Amino acid sequence: MNQNNRRIRNLLADYGIVIAFFFLCIGLSVANDNFLTWGNWVNILRQTSINGILAIGMTYVILTKGIDLSVGSVLALGGLVTGSLVTGAAPHSAFISMLAGLAVGIALGAVNGALVARLSVAPFVVTLGMLSVARGLTFIYNDGMPIANLSKDFRFIGQGMLGEVPVPVIILAITFFVFWFILKYTTFGRYVYAVGGNERSAKTSGISTRWVIFTVYVISGLLSALAGLILAARTTSALPQAGVAYELDAIAAVVIGGTSLSGGVGTLSGTLVGALIIGVINNGLDLLGVSSYYQQVIKGTIIVAAVLLDVSRKKQV
Amino acid sequence: MIPAELSDSAQLIVTDPTGIETGTPLVLAKGVTKSFNGVPALRDGCLELRAGSVHALCGGNGAGKSTFLNILMGILQRDAGSICVKGDEVNFASPNEALNAKISIITQELSPIPGMTVAENIFLGREPKHLKIVVDYPRLFDRTERLLEKLHFDIDPRAPMHRLSLAQTQLVEIAKAFSHQSEIIIMDEPTSAIGENETEILFDAIRSVSTQGAGIIYVSHRLSEIFTIADQYTVFRDGGYIETGLLADIDRRHLVRQIVGRELHAGSRSTSKTDGETVLSVKNLSRQGEFQDISLDVKRGEVLGVYGLIGSGRSEFLNCVFGITKQDSGEATLFGKAIGKGSPGKAIRQGLQMITEDRKATGLVLSSSVAFNTTLAALPKLSFATYIYRKKDRSLMQTMIERMQVKLASPDMDVSGLSGGNQQKVVLAKCMATDPICLLCDEPTRGIDEGAKREVYAFLVNFVAKGGAAIVVSSEAPEVLEVSDRIAIFKKGRLAVVIDGHQASQEELLHLAS
Repeated sequence: MNQNNRRIRNLLADYGIVIAFFFLCIGLSVANDNFLTWGNWVNILRQTSINGILAIGMTYVILTKGIDLSVGSVLALGGLVTGSLVTGAAPHSAFISMLAGLAVGIALGAVNGALVARLSVAPFVVTLGMLSVARGLTFIYNDGMPIANLSKDFRFIGQGMLGEVPVPVIILAITFFVFWFILKYTTFGRYVYAVGGNERSAKTSGISTRWVIFTVYVISGLLSALAGLILAARTTSALPQAGVAYELDAIAAVVIGGTSLSGGVGTLSGTLVGALIIGVINNGLDLLGVSSYYQQVIKGTIIVAAVLLDVSRKKQV
Repeated sequence: MIPAELSDSAQLIVTDPTGIETGTPLVLAKGVTKSFNGVPALRDGCLELRAGSVHALCGGNGAGKSTFLNILMGILQRDAGSICVKGDEVNFASPNEALNAKISIITQELSPIPGMTVAENIFLGREPKHLKIVVDYPRLFDRTERLLEKLHFDIDPRAPMHRLSLAQTQLVEIAKAFSHQSEIIIMDEPTSAIGENETEILFDAIRSVSTQGAGIIYVSHRLSEIFTIADQYTVFRDGGYIETGLLADIDRRHLVRQIVGRELHAGSRSTSKTDGETVLSVKNLSRQGEFQDISLDVKRGEVLGVYGLIGSGRSEFLNCVFGITKQDSGEATLFGKAIGKGSPGKAIRQGLQMITEDRKATGLVLSSSVAFNTTLAALPKLSFATYIYRKKDRSLMQTMIERMQVKLASPDMDVSGLSGGNQQKVVLAKCMATDPICLLCDEPTRGIDEGAKREVYAFLVNFVAKGGAAIVVSSEAPEVLEVSDRIAIFKKGRLAVVIDGHQASQEELLHLAS
């Protein structure tokens, strides 16, 4: 009996988030007929893709015991730079423009990474500064004006469909697979866990901890810009105020997914489920006609509840 | 205990408090049991502590000592058995209740608040106050100063905690326990972080409080300390009570046999082979404020012991050779090739490895599995273009765990779930996985039991016998004597002398180092 209890408890600990996700879906499909339709799910996945991509980069950063508050601002600047290149009198090709946008993300991530890894400034402070700097640059870049009329080629990554599946969802799937593979099967992935779990032990194991820390911020910058491109393409215009407060949903997805803010523990699949939970909650509450004010209250409660679950589970073991 | 003038409102604790018959033990525990998830950690905890006695509680890792002490302190609740304090049955629900019953504990895990001063840390939550609100700093500092003076601890009450060395931090923790004016003080490895000099000061303090009627439960893996400071002993093994008695009636050998449950063979050391080729050579290595102008060689088949007091620069020297810190001048070479400055990764590739002083802080990633930790340093050779070959990874891990005889349920369990001795074996496995030719060991047996210590010594002897070379830094003279072919004595950041390890005695080491 004791044995059985423990087995159930372990099962809950490992798959609690997945189980919660299923119950949430079952509840919503009972409450609303439209929830369990193909069209609605395409919608949920499309909406989740932006946050999902941000949360993947955020997972890497949080695994090293860091945080990246600048993702929303980097997203906006990346989108705006690409947007400016695919429009105008002599528009560049969508491909070149996107590379430029991603390069902006990499550069801003590298600044974050260098400050954290080289000069040992607290990640919270560095990325809080970047949140403001990058947002400011976004407004300066085009005098605070949005860039509309983005080329059709470019809009494909936000609005296109491959068969029945939206392109952003495919991008999310590919991004997820690539970074899941890196985290699980490469030395760099192991080092991310080692640095977050115990930086000094990682160093004595011969790991270049600074390089690992630098790289996770570059990854986060790159993925933020990628999310910015998709968002601009989907909404057909690059807005300087895009992505405000997106870092909160990204962090929420990571935390709900079971990644520890103290570093070294967590998985990308957890983060993906966390992002889906947030997407489903947003969608479900919309379907049920709950006002967006209440939505925020409910979302916040769920984030704290998820962490409480995590904490109490660790105490039991 | 601490005299009454230290605290304005304190009552002096009297050697023979009224209402208690002389002869009533301070603590009398019988048949205490505790299980975790059906697994017994303590089957039969028994202890009798008398006033004025220093009682050594001995046992290997996993013997149940910690569980027993946690129950006594109210951190855990017992399943069965009885504990009487001064004749009254008690069942503390929290450490606070134990403190109120005048029981305090000094653990090996330090818990200072770095931003506060020494005085604020010692009297945390008990600060003298004006009108019960505003902290009376002059009185606080004054009280702390008198306490530290009384204990002969040379620490400034106004110094911020984060400026203190590990040894000083430990002394503050000890002063804190004494400041509670407890009648029962539990000391769990109080000397694990302090040097011989501080240990002497601590022992004087212990003697002074015990002659005033306090009872002390003393836990240490260092047997020589037990024979120095304690008068009674109790042995636990595998969660059960084994034996109790007077230390005057037994010898070291008997105690070891009771702790381990079998006879241990002292490592039989062959005489030094000085004909081997030089593996590691250090020339004029200096680092500002840590050590100056160190030159030494280690040859194939040799263990070089490094002995010195706290602050002699011994650990700092080792960290620098391994590349954790960068030297200001001088050079370390392995087979004539310079060791990568400031990069342990390069040092490891060249064939160097280091067993660090503190396995929890710098040896292991505690949040990860045993398997993860075992091959962490060896990943470069298990991968191609950063892709890890899973089969190679698993098979190396299995080999290392078997070679080091790590006892575990599954390699995928968290390394934090292992006992101290087994964790240390994982550190050894991690180091050996990179196939080093030269091992740097900083306190390789810190905080592990006698049996596991023997295994570490045997491992070192075997390692050098197969053509390796090793430097072993230790603050325990018997350990250095046990393993070393030659012994380098460090003193105030300089290499004082190198002596033959087979001829030296403990007195000689202490004499040369201080």
